[in-house]
Amino acid sequence: MPPADFRERCRALADSPDAGGGAVAKLAGYALDENQLRVLAAAIGKIWAAGRSLAPLAPFKLGVVGKLEPIVPALVASAPRHGVALECVRADFGQSLQEAWSADSPMNRAKPDAILLALDHRALPLGRDPRGAQAVSSVSDAVAFVRSMRSGFRRNSGALCIVQTLAAPPESLFGSCECAVPGTLRSLITAFNAELAESIRDTGDLVFDVASLAQTVGSANWHSPVQWNLGKFAFDARFLPLYADHVARLLGALRGRSRRCLIIDLDNTIWGGVIGDDGLERIVIGQGDATGEAYLEVQRTALGLRDRGVVLAVSSRNDSDIARAAFAGHPEMLLRENHIAVFQANWNDKARNIAAIASELSMGLDAMVFLDDNPVERGFIREALPDVAVPELPADPSLYARTLLAAGYFEAITFSEEDRKRAHFYEENAQRVTLAGEAGDFERYLTSLKTRIAFRPFDAIGRSRITQLINKSNQFNLATKRYTDAEVAQFESDPACFTLQVRLSDVFGDNGMISVVICRPRSPLEWEIDTWLMSCRVLGRGVERIVLQEILHHARAKGVRRLTGRYVPTDRNAVVRDHYANLGFRLVAEDPNCGTTWELQTDSIVEAPPMEVDRSGFEPALA
Amino acid sequence: MAVETVYEKLTTILRDVFDDDRLVAAPSLTADQVDGWDSFGHLRLIFTVEKSFGVNFAASEITGLKNLGELAELIDSRAKG
Repeated sequence: MPPADFRERCRALADSPDAGGGAVAKLAGYALDENQLRVLAAAIGKIWAAGRSLAPLAPFKLGVVGKLEPIVPALVASAPRHGVALECVRADFGQSLQEAWSADSPMNRAKPDAILLALDHRALPLGRDPRGAQAVSSVSDAVAFVRSMRSGFRRNSGALCIVQTLAAPPESLFGSCECAVPGTLRSLITAFNAELAESIRDTGDLVFDVASLAQTVGSANWHSPVQWNLGKFAFDARFLPLYADHVARLLGALRGRSRRCLIIDLDNTIWGGVIGDDGLERIVIGQGDATGEAYLEVQRTALGLRDRGVVLAVSSRNDSDIARAAFAGHPEMLLRENHIAVFQANWNDKARNIAAIASELSMGLDAMVFLDDNPVERGFIREALPDVAVPELPADPSLYARTLLAAGYFEAITFSEEDRKRAHFYEENAQRVTLAGEAGDFERYLTSLKTRIAFRPFDAIGRSRITQLINKSNQFNLATKRYTDAEVAQFESDPACFTLQVRLSDVFGDNGMISVVICRPRSPLEWEIDTWLMSCRVLGRGVERIVLQEILHHARAKGVRRLTGRYVPTDRNAVVRDHYANLGFRLVAEDPNCGTTWELQTDSIVEAPPMEVDRSGFEPALA
Repeated sequence: MAVETVYEKLTTILRDVFDDDRLVAAPSLTADQVDGWDSFGHLRLIFTVEKSFGVNFAASEITGLKNLGELAELIDSRAKG
């Protein structure tokens, strides 16, 4: 949504001599309504008039033929969102054929790069008549009329033409068989659109599919009889921003600005669950489950994009082998490792990984689209790598595929044999990439999340979730001790044991319980950390540090001098092998079979990222 | 709906539609007093009013309006009806 002072910002843009294309693109990036598009277009107009450069936007001169006073400002203001600085030349539809064929016409003399033929069905000689054969031949006449305009413009100004398909109005004289009777308006429009697409294919001219746009919003919404009667508006003015954005996508594609690589996260983006914790048997993909179907659709979409030449890459916080095992071993997976050109699964931050992917593929960051269910990751990449497109995803994975495609990042204007093979070429040459330097200040970003952490001892309310975490966690689990519900209940009432259930929330919402700790007294001076586990969703945010701070706080209050902890290796928890070392514990014992034992004095200082801490349920002295 | 609120809202709408922060909605305001308030501007104003107030006007109601006061009355009549 645009900021409240949007108009002031447009004015500032026009008045400030240094503001260039980048600033314009930023303002154009918001979801603007018709009035705001006009204001931005006026500001852009002032910049053009002052002779200032709009670099790095690519200049484009578009001729617009049709009945459309309101369209031009909307186009000019939407173009920067797709990397284009647009100048428009207008011509009314009534004279369009003369305009095309006269070398001297204003349109041809202006030498536009492309000409948008903004036709609607009323503008074409389509002879509606369910009884007559002339109705049907009028379709070919109409297509010939358009072809004639296209050749005229091409010959006289070199411009390519962008021709709109026709949106059929919802009104039907026959009802259902309207589409089956040849001379009805609906049949004529369907036939026209098909013949138009055929006649334009491989000519260098483009189709702008308004018919499908109207279908998407509903033709009863698209066509407004009131607005047609009032001002001959071919479509409801509230769709002006949508219409303009779709034209702008074509212009961006013509200037080579379409994106070319889709980077996907794994957990909860292409399957339900966390592979490191849930394992192959419990991640959710596929048939028989609503959520599983949703994720399958995301995979199907990614595969479809790959088949048309978009390169796929993976950026996931996961152990590389564990992540790859899902691709190899899960029977419902549609995506396989050989579909992925660059596979980055590690514990480093995603900005570094995405930058490395771009570098490996020799593509700019502005060619990348990043799909991730986690708003924290999305927010970080938007901040650290603003050239990367990061679609905002709704909470429901059922809508992921639609949201990704509706955004139109990969707008195509051609589809060739080369495109079909492109992804394959990149996959063949895939390497594991090394990470270069830092990309973006993750620490600072974390502070902006206003993380709140809440500590409580075990209680009856938290019991079932605590038990679930204890039995479900595999990756961030130091000793992988499993306890039953009854055993967990016993901990609640054991005065000697120290327990923690940890909840986290931030600006994006409540993550619920994300860590569980159980400490047992070994002696009056020593606590053993029996259980320490954490949800992988919050890894990399320094949460373990603040949890350790909390343990130490309580340990000191009880006169405990030493903490010991054990790391018991399993095939899933390699990620926490160095957990205690990283927290400043000293190694005291090592055994190849049962792991490592560590020790920390309770007067140690542990640094942790700033977070708001809530405590409740502890004895008053400890609060 | 109180008459004051309608004019306050109309002031914001006028400024957004015609991009002029000096505009103030008053009953006697007419199209020829505002830059950009031509026939298309009028329609943009009406569409924005409809969206903002959540109302719909018939074509005949829109074309006959002589000044902003008549528009305000039209909006008001929707609220009561």
